Amino acid sequence: MTRITTDTVEQVADLSKLILSDEELAGFQEQLDKIIGYFEVLNSLDTTGVEPLAHPLDLRNVFRQDTVEDSAPREDALANAPDKTDEAYKVPVVIESS
Amino acid sequence: MPELIELSAGDLHRKLMAGDVTARQIVERYLDRIEQIDGRVGAFNTVTAEAALDKAADIDDRLDKGEAVGPLAGVPIALKDNLCTRGVPTTCSSRILEHFVPPYDATVVERLQRADAVLIGKTNLDEFAMGSTTEASAFATTANPWDLSRVPGGSSGGSAAAVAAGLAPLALGSDTGGSIRQPAAFCGVTGLKPTYGRVSRYGLIAYASSLDQIGTFSRDPRDAALLLEVIAGHDPRDSTSAQEPVPDYSAELEKDVAGVKVGLPREYLAEGIAPDVEAAVRAAADTCRGLGAEVIDISLPHTEYAVATYYIIGTAEASSNLARFDGIHYGRRAAGKMDVDELYSRSRSEGLGDEVKRRIMLGTFALSAGYYDAYYLKALKVRRLIKKDFDDALAGVDCILAPVAPTVAYKQGEMIDDPLALYLADIYTSATNLAGLPAIAFNAGTGEGGLPVGVQLMGRPFEESGLLRLAHAFREATDHHLARPNLTED
Amino acid sequence: MQYETVIGLETHAQFHTRSKMFCGCKTDFGAPPNTQTCPVCQGLPGTLPVVNRTAVELGLRAALALRCHIAPVTQFDRKNYFYPDLPKNYQVSQNYHNLGVDGRLEIEVDGQTRKVGIWNVHLEEDAGKLEHPEDTGANYTAIDLNRAGTPLLEIVSAPDMRSADEANAYMNELAAILRHLGISDCKMQEGSLRFEAGISVRAVGGEEFGNRVEVKNLNSMSAVVKAIEHERHRQVAVLESGGTVPSQTMLWDVQREVTEPMRSKEEAKDYRYFPEPDLVPIEISPEWLDQVREQMSELPAVRRKRFIAELDLPPYDAGVIVEQKPIADYFEQTVEQGVEPKTAANWMMGEVMRVLNERQCEIDDLPVSPPMLAELIGLVTDDRISNSVGKTVFSEMCSSGKKAGEIVEEKGLAQISDSGELEAVVKQVLADHPDAVADLESGKQQAKGFLIGQIMRATRGKANPKLAGELIDRLTGD
Ligand SMILES: [Mg+2]
Ligand SMILES: [Zn+2]
Repeated sequence: MTRITTDTVEQVADLSKLILSDEELAGFQEQLDKIIGYFEVLNSLDTTGVEPLAHPLDLRNVFRQDTVEDSAPREDALANAPDKTDEAYKVPVVIESS
Repeated sequence: MPELIELSAGDLHRKLMAGDVTARQIVERYLDRIEQIDGRVGAFNTVTAEAALDKAADIDDRLDKGEAVGPLAGVPIALKDNLCTRGVPTTCSSRILEHFVPPYDATVVERLQRADAVLIGKTNLDEFAMGSTTEASAFATTANPWDLSRVPGGSSGGSAAAVAAGLAPLALGSDTGGSIRQPAAFCGVTGLKPTYGRVSRYGLIAYASSLDQIGTFSRDPRDAALLLEVIAGHDPRDSTSAQEPVPDYSAELEKDVAGVKVGLPREYLAEGIAPDVEAAVRAAADTCRGLGAEVIDISLPHTEYAVATYYIIGTAEASSNLARFDGIHYGRRAAGKMDVDELYSRSRSEGLGDEVKRRIMLGTFALSAGYYDAYYLKALKVRRLIKKDFDDALAGVDCILAPVAPTVAYKQGEMIDDPLALYLADIYTSATNLAGLPAIAFNAGTGEGGLPVGVQLMGRPFEESGLLRLAHAFREATDHHLARPNLTED
Repeated sequence: MQYETVIGLETHAQFHTRSKMFCGCKTDFGAPPNTQTCPVCQGLPGTLPVVNRTAVELGLRAALALRCHIAPVTQFDRKNYFYPDLPKNYQVSQNYHNLGVDGRLEIEVDGQTRKVGIWNVHLEEDAGKLEHPEDTGANYTAIDLNRAGTPLLEIVSAPDMRSADEANAYMNELAAILRHLGISDCKMQEGSLRFEAGISVRAVGGEEFGNRVEVKNLNSMSAVVKAIEHERHRQVAVLESGGTVPSQTMLWDVQREVTEPMRSKEEAKDYRYFPEPDLVPIEISPEWLDQVREQMSELPAVRRKRFIAELDLPPYDAGVIVEQKPIADYFEQTVEQGVEPKTAANWMMGEVMRVLNERQCEIDDLPVSPPMLAELIGLVTDDRISNSVGKTVFSEMCSSGKKAGEIVEEKGLAQISDSGELEAVVKQVLADHPDAVADLESGKQQAKGFLIGQIMRATRGKANPKLAGELIDRLTGD
C-alpha cells in the first residue's frame, strides 16, 4: 500500500522550500514511503497515558536578566550576506507585509 | 625521542612542559603528517596551518617567559566542521555554507583556546551531520584509515579518521544518534558522547537540538578525560546546559573498577548483529569480569522502537533548524533574477544535498497538519518509554555494555542507495541520545578484514567518570589499542 | 435584513524591556539599521536563545490584569514559516501551553459595561523590518534586523465585539492597562502596539458566525475602526446581492481607506508548531505569581472609579487622566499637595497636555514637579496672578525649571488688584476708545469684553479682570 503519494511529497517539498525535478520527486516518493512506512512500527505500541518527552533533561526556568549587552558591529552582521547595501541585507522586492 | 604522533595528548603536553619539545615542533610535525597523509584519508575540510603556528609561537613565547599556559597547551586538535570558529570557514560540508565564516566562536572553541590547545583544522562530516558514512559530504569522501576503500563511519567521520590516522591526537565531534561512537568504532579510536547538557551546544550548528551533544575523539580514555575536563560545564548562553559541577575526570580514572555492575542488554545481542561484533562484545564482557566487575543480563524492551523514534524527532527538529539556510542573510544564494519565494527554493535546492533534503522532508511531514499526533507526538511518547527502560536498567547496574554498530566498517558506496538500511544501523546508538545518556565507544578487538570492532558503555546522566574508568581499565587489561592502521608517509 | 458585525482582535504589544527576548541587544526605536543585532538575533547557525526573565514577568502582569488562568507550566514553541524578516524562518512563540488563557476585559460603551473574552495571552519574538527604498527605481527590499527578537506580548480576544465602537473601547482599555502596568509604552506610531482584526457579519440573532476576513496592516486604532466599518459595508453588500464572503486575509490600504486582498499567493497555513527544543519549560509557582502581583499597580478601571468616587472628578476627566499612568500619577501627586481635584484636572487636561504635545515629550521629561505645579495653581486660585498669566508662567517654568513664585517676582507679573493703580490704566483705555465706550453706553455688552481685553493688553495680563470690569462699570457711569 502506498502511504506517501507524489502529491504528499510535493506538498512537503513546498512547505520545506525545495524544488524537486520529476525524477527526484519519484525517487523521494519511493524512499519516503518506505521510511514513513517503517515509522509505523510505533503504532504497535500502546502509549495511552504516556506523557510526551520533548527533552532529555528535566531543566526548568532558565533565564537571563534584562540587561543590555553590546551588539555586533554592522560590518560583522553583514559580512556573510550574499547581497547587501552599506547598512542592510538586500532581497528581491517583497510586496506584501506579513 | 619517540615519534611525536605516537604520543597521547597528555604525554605531548607533559613533554612540552618539561622542555623536551616546543609547541612549534609538535605543530610542525602534525602539519607535515597532514600534508603527507591527508590526500589519501581526506579527513580535513580546512587546515589552519598559519593560525596553528601562530598559536604555537605564542605558547612557546609564554613558556620562555615563564608564564602560565593552559592544560592543553601545545596539543593539536581538529574540530568537526559544524563547530563555529571565528574567522575560519565553518561549512557543515554543505554547499549552502561553503563560504560561511562565523563572526563568533562556539563555547567549546573558546574553552579550547583558553586551555591553549592548538586548533589545526576543521574536519569533514556528512552534510549537516546527517549520515553514517561521511559520504554525504558535499565536498569529499573521507576514507577509513584502516582500509582506504571503506567508510570511516559518520557523521563525524573526518574527526575519527584524523585521530586514527595520527593527523591529530584529539578531535571534537557531535553525536545526535551515534555520530561520534559509530565512527570511533569504525576507526578504532575512543569516542565519548557526554550526557546531554554536559557540554554547551552554543556554536554547534544544530541538526537536532534535543539530541545533539558535542563530544571527544582521542586515542585513549585518559585523553578523553583530559579533553572533557576542558569543554564540560555550564554555559549561560545555552539554556539546555546543565548546572552540574565538573568532576576531575583524570583523577577519577584511576579508581578501582572491582564490584562495578555491568548490564548486558539482550535486545542488543539479538538478530541483526554480525558475528564478529557479537564476539567482541562477549569478549569485552569477559574482560570486565576479569577486572572484577559483575556482568548482569538486562532488558531494554523498547529497543526496537528507537530508530523510528529517533528519526521522527531528529528530522522534525532538523526541518525547523535548517529552515534558516535560505540564501538571504548568509550562505549560498541562487543566481539570477527571481522573486523571494523562488529565491528560497532555488537556493535551498541547489545548496542542500539529497540526504539533507530527505530528512527535511521527513521532519516537515512528521510535524505537518494531520500528521503531528500520529508521528511527532507519538514519537515523544515512545521517547519517554525508551528513557524509562534506561532508568529502570540503570537502577540495577552501573553501566551498560553494548555493541556500537551491527557490523565493522563497510565499503564506500555499499549503503548509498538504501537510506532505510543505513538508518536501521543506528539501532544500538540512537536510544542513548533519546534518553540523553553518556556513552563511550572504544576499540575492543579486530573483526572481519582486520578492521577494528568497537563496543560502547552507556551510563547514568553525568556519570561519565564511571564510563571513563571502566574503559581505561579495559585498555590497561588488553592490547587492542596497540594496533595501528598502516599508513606510511611518502 | 438586519446585520451585526462580529469582531475579534489580535494585539501585539512590544514589551517595555531594556534588552531583547532571547539576547542582550537593545530594543531602542529608531536606531540606524542593523546596529542592534548580534549572532543570536541574526539567527546565525549555532546560536541559542536564553529567555529574558523580565519579559516573562511583564507577560504575567498582563495575564493577571486580563484575568486569565495562568499556566502552571508554560513553554515556547516554534512557528515555522518562511519570510525575509524572520532570520531563522521560524518564530519562537507559544501555542500548546500559553502563558495565560480564558481571561476577560471589561469595556464601557455608551454607559454600558461589556465583557470581551480573552482567548489567550502569550509571549513571542518580533520579526525584523522590511524597508522599501524611497527611490522608486530600486529593485530590491532592504532588511533591518534591529527589531528582530524584540519581546512581544500577543493578546487574542474572543470574537465578542459587535461594533467599531466596542473595538475602539477595547483597544483603548487594553492600551491603558498595558501602559499602566509598565508592560508596554504602546506607541502605535513606533509600532510598539499593533492590531489585526478578524471581521465577519451575520444576520442579527444568527447562531453561526459568517466567514471571517482577517485584516492586517492596521497601524492605528482609527485604522482599525475604519477597517471595521469598511468591511461591514463590503460584506453586507456581498450578502445582500446573494453572494458569499470568502474567508481570506486582507490588507488595509491606509491612503485609500479600503481593504485589499493579499496579492501574494495565499499559502495553505501550516505552521508546524512544535516545542522549542532550545528552551526549557517555565514553571510558574504560586510564590512567583504573588511576587508579580505585589509589583502590579492599580488597574486603570479601578483608578478611574476611585477618581470619580473619591475625588469627585467627572467621568470624562477621569477617563482622560487615567489613560496614561504617568499623567495619572502626576495628577494624584498634585492633588496630594492640596489642590482641588477638578482644578488640578483642568490644568492637566489643558496646559500640561498642551505643552507635552507641543514638545512631543513625556511628563517625566518636564522640569516641573507636581509640588511646583501645585504652587502655580495656588497663585492663580488666590488671585495673585490671573489665569492667563498663570499659563504664561507655566510655559516659562517648563523652559527654565524655575518656580512659579520666582518667575512672577522677577517679571513683575503679580496681578494688579489695587483699584487705585488700575484706575489710571482704565481711564486711559476709556479715553483711547471713545467708540467702544459709546457702544457700551448704548447697551452693547460685547464692547465691555473688548475694553477688558485692551486693559489686559496694557497691563500685560496683570489686571484682575473682575476688578477691571467693576472699574469700567463705575467710570462709564453705567
Ligand atoms: Mg503572533
Ligand atoms: Zn541580539
